[in-house]
Amino acid sequence: MSKTTVVLALMLTAANVLAASPGEVLQTYTAQAKKDNPSFKEFSAAGGDKFYHAAVKHSSGKQVSCAACHTDNPRNAGKHEKTSKEILPLAPAANKDRFTDAAKVEKWFKRNCQDVLERECNAREKGDFMTYVLSIK
Amino acid sequence: MPRRTLVVALCACTFAFALPAAAQTANQTPAANPGAKWKAECSSCHMAYPPGYLPERSWRKLMSGLDKHFGENAGLDAVTTREITDYLVSNSAEKSSDRRAGRFLGSLAANAIPLRITETPYFRRKHDEVRPEVWKRPKVGSPANCIACHVGAERGDFSERNVKIPQ
Repeated sequence: MSKTTVVLALMLTAANVLAASPGEVLQTYTAQAKKDNPSFKEFSAAGGDKFYHAAVKHSSGKQVSCAACHTDNPRNAGKHEKTSKEILPLAPAANKDRFTDAAKVEKWFKRNCQDVLERECNAREKGDFMTYVLSIK
Repeated sequence: MPRRTLVVALCACTFAFALPAAAQTANQTPAANPGAKWKAECSSCHMAYPPGYLPERSWRKLMSGLDKHFGENAGLDAVTTREITDYLVSNSAEKSSDRRAGRFLGSLAANAIPLRITETPYFRRKHDEVRPEVWKRPKVGSPANCIACHVGAERGDFSERNVKIPQ
């Protein structure tokens, strides 16, 4: 093995340690959901589907939902309502970088739950949402 | 691509990814690329606007209200907020070497604290020939979407000859 290959291999290992898989991120929500409710069993893709598409009346008077910006199918790219900037697909089936950084996942749940529901989401809601999005093939 | 070049390129990518995270874990001061976080965070929902197009007072005000950022929650953790604020302040209109920075700054009243580049008199003057209908075209959307017409905007190129207005 050449010296460069060894260096490359070491660096890739370091990168892999830092990145998580969606399953690992989901596990942290499972742990929290069990803490919140000891009788919790598992997340529901159907529940997440309903949550994702539910139109909510915002206090501003507008109808809002996850799907409004992320589109009806999380495989599709969306568009930011105000800035027109593309929102890359949510589903890892179409965008493998999604849900691989726990801090980033939390950051966006915190922001978007405030923007849509005007409150924080609980672990159950986050887990159902992720389970639905991960189920998209 | 020759194999060696590919290997070097891959190393560089891995480094770019691994280093900031490593620095954060060790709680060290952010090194080599101070603009990396600004770019990553501020370009999630819109183009990362040039820090030199607003004065320090504007960036400080904007960064202190990220949880209500033009009607949206764009909140960041305290460390990232401070790091990005420092970057914006050290490249603000007062400090930037961009030739337009001084024009933006010079167009402002002394007590004005604009939160949008589009509110500045210099921006308005430079766009006064753009009809309201043009801003509303689907491919433009709003004056905040610089890159719709300024195709080199992300490289800081706002020159008139590189303007292409979509139909």
